Amino acid sequence: MTDTATHVTGEKARLGAPSISGFTEEGENLSPLNEAEATAPLGGDASKAHSHGGGAGIPDSSRAGRKTSYNVEDFPALTGREEDFRFTPLKRMGGLHKNELAGTAPELALSGAKAATLETVAMTDARVGSAGIPEDRISANAWKHAAEAKVLTIPANSSGEQVTLTYTGTSTEAAASHLVVVAEANSESVVVIDHVGSVVLAQNIEIDVREGAKLTVISLQAWADDAIHASSHLAKVRKDGHLKHIAVTYGGDLVRLTPSAHFDGEGGEVELFGLYFADAGQHLEHRLFVDHATENCKSNVLYKGALQGKDAHTVWVGDVLIRKEAKGTNSYEANRNLVLTEGARADSVPNLEIETGLIDGAGHASTTGRFDDEHLFYLMSRGIDEKTARRLVVRGFLNEIVQQIRVPEIEERLAETIERELAATDS
Amino acid sequence: MSTLEIKDLHVSIETEQGNKEILKGVSLTIKTGETHAIMGPNGSGKSTLASTIAGHPRYTVTSGSITLDGADVLEMSVDERARAGMFLAMQYPVEVPGVSMTNFLRTAKTAIDGEAPKLRTWTKDVKSAMEKLKIDAEFASRNVNEGFSGGEKKRVEILQLELFKPKFAILDETDSGLDVDALKVVSEGVNRAQEENEMGTLLITHYTRILRYIKPDFVHVFVDGKIAEQGGAELADRLEDEGYDRFLNVPA
Ligand SMILES: Nc1ncnc2c1ncn2[C@@H]1O[C@H](COP(=O)(O)OP(=O)(O)O)[C@@H](O)[C@H]1O
Ligand SMILES: [Mg+2]
Repeated sequence: MTDTATHVTGEKARLGAPSISGFTEEGENLSPLNEAEATAPLGGDASKAHSHGGGAGIPDSSRAGRKTSYNVEDFPALTGREEDFRFTPLKRMGGLHKNELAGTAPELALSGAKAATLETVAMTDARVGSAGIPEDRISANAWKHAAEAKVLTIPANSSGEQVTLTYTGTSTEAAASHLVVVAEANSESVVVIDHVGSVVLAQNIEIDVREGAKLTVISLQAWADDAIHASSHLAKVRKDGHLKHIAVTYGGDLVRLTPSAHFDGEGGEVELFGLYFADAGQHLEHRLFVDHATENCKSNVLYKGALQGKDAHTVWVGDVLIRKEAKGTNSYEANRNLVLTEGARADSVPNLEIETGLIDGAGHASTTGRFDDEHLFYLMSRGIDEKTARRLVVRGFLNEIVQQIRVPEIEERLAETIERELAATDS
Repeated sequence: MSTLEIKDLHVSIETEQGNKEILKGVSLTIKTGETHAIMGPNGSGKSTLASTIAGHPRYTVTSGSITLDGADVLEMSVDERARAGMFLAMQYPVEVPGVSMTNFLRTAKTAIDGEAPKLRTWTKDVKSAMEKLKIDAEFASRNVNEGFSGGEKKRVEILQLELFKPKFAILDETDSGLDVDALKVVSEGVNRAQEENEMGTLLITHYTRILRYIKPDFVHVFVDGKIAEQGGAELADRLEDEGYDRFLNVPA
């Protein structure tokens, strides 16, 4: 039977994302994954993760106090006890957090460009670092070892640009790569960043949303089974800028994606969507950060994940920080997981910190539910065969994110991917 | 005319203490157009009978048979039974995450009929069926049974009954948890389905009050996994006055 206890903290979803019965909040414990690697006793950061606004923030776990630096040496070596690595199995990171990243970075190809340009520049170019600064050790390590940077520019005032950047990995030697996406003032565009092939890759993607620009970034982690990928998406949203960011992750052995959005002017808006589908043995982790540092900005976060198979593991952590100066903020974040089989585990931790009372609204929700025999029986007792029943549930669940994409080819490809993933459970 | 025939049905379930026999030889024949009421105390096995007919995997048939116009129902999968024309309105309808009512109803209707319903008439049919059952239009966009109250879930079961047009409907305590107004609305729905489709009905209930709205042709008293007595509508009146004590006190 389904556990009917529903635990939704904060406000009810205003996203049209109804909560799922039997869903409970999870994920406050240290993952056993890193216990072997860790040497320090449990304490400090890891022991007090969850803080709920009202100015009662705990200094050492507050997102405001997290270290940022371009210099990898500023970050201590990782043990797995750190707040932001407590769910990540460091042993499976392919050394991205500690080794020299001297491997060949995956090829990058641009298609569909009309006005957009792609340049290769030195890491000393002024645009590198213009939108972001590493927020963890892997990102800083990638920064240090990236041989060059690619810069994609969407020209000012252009509209209707839709381009695809494809990373094709061909080597599993640990490598680093750096991309800067600049959406110049008042431009309107869609940038698809596709990741295929095999890699062991630490990646930084800076996203600079200039004044009045409207940018959609769709990042597909569609890697081959053996890929290891740690990626920081560092976004700066300037006055009246609008960023819609969609992370879609289903490929790879381990993917750790950390999208982080910083407002840098009033009137900005950020939407962070995500869809992940984890199979047996996969570790798919999404840790996002929305930094409300200026007045009158809006953010909306919704990630949905499906899991199946033994040791499929997903992690979602949503840090939303509404700083003292961010009056008039409106913010909402939610994560919903659907566990399709036994043996899969979804960790979900929303962290909402509010340092001012003068906001329009803020809320969070996290639910994890299970598709079980009773659901199946109900649908089948209405004439629906087992395969169709399963598809109905999973497609219905993920559709809310799929329909945000609005690029027909990608929506189709995702639908096919979901079918393929489901076919794996049928057998 | 169709016939659903249950013969000497024995059913057990797996419990922590081992196998437990719940149905101990049930025989019952229902023809389309007939309404049979099954009445009995809690725990007598009424839901077990209903779920076994629908094919719930928890229940194991150890002997006996269920046939629909001679076809072996026990050989059919759960979905095949539904497509063969059987419908179970559940005592505790299940909440299904991620699936909207609209999508669910259309998918089920397509499965049952073997072809997709014509969109325009279907949408109209759903709307008018919902109105008659006093179900808010907003429910169409909600997920199946998700967050519905007990009474709303029961109405939605009857909505499906009206839309899917089964040959045989098993209503498992559809009346429980309904106030008088809701009971009337739901009963009218069952009566409509019966008139329109010549449906055979197996009405499972603990109380007699629903029998004021849905008139049974036959009443079976169910005690300890067996039919203890059967008769016409007048048997229900006697139960109303006397309760089940008479049956429970019979020495084994
Ligand atoms: N899953 C189960 N585990 C253990 N006992 C069960 C289970 N399901 C039903 N039973 C038992 O079987 C008997 C009949 O139950 P049920 O068919 O639900 O009766 P009714 O619907 O008439 O109230 C009861 O004694 C009940 O406790
Ligand atoms: Mg019952």
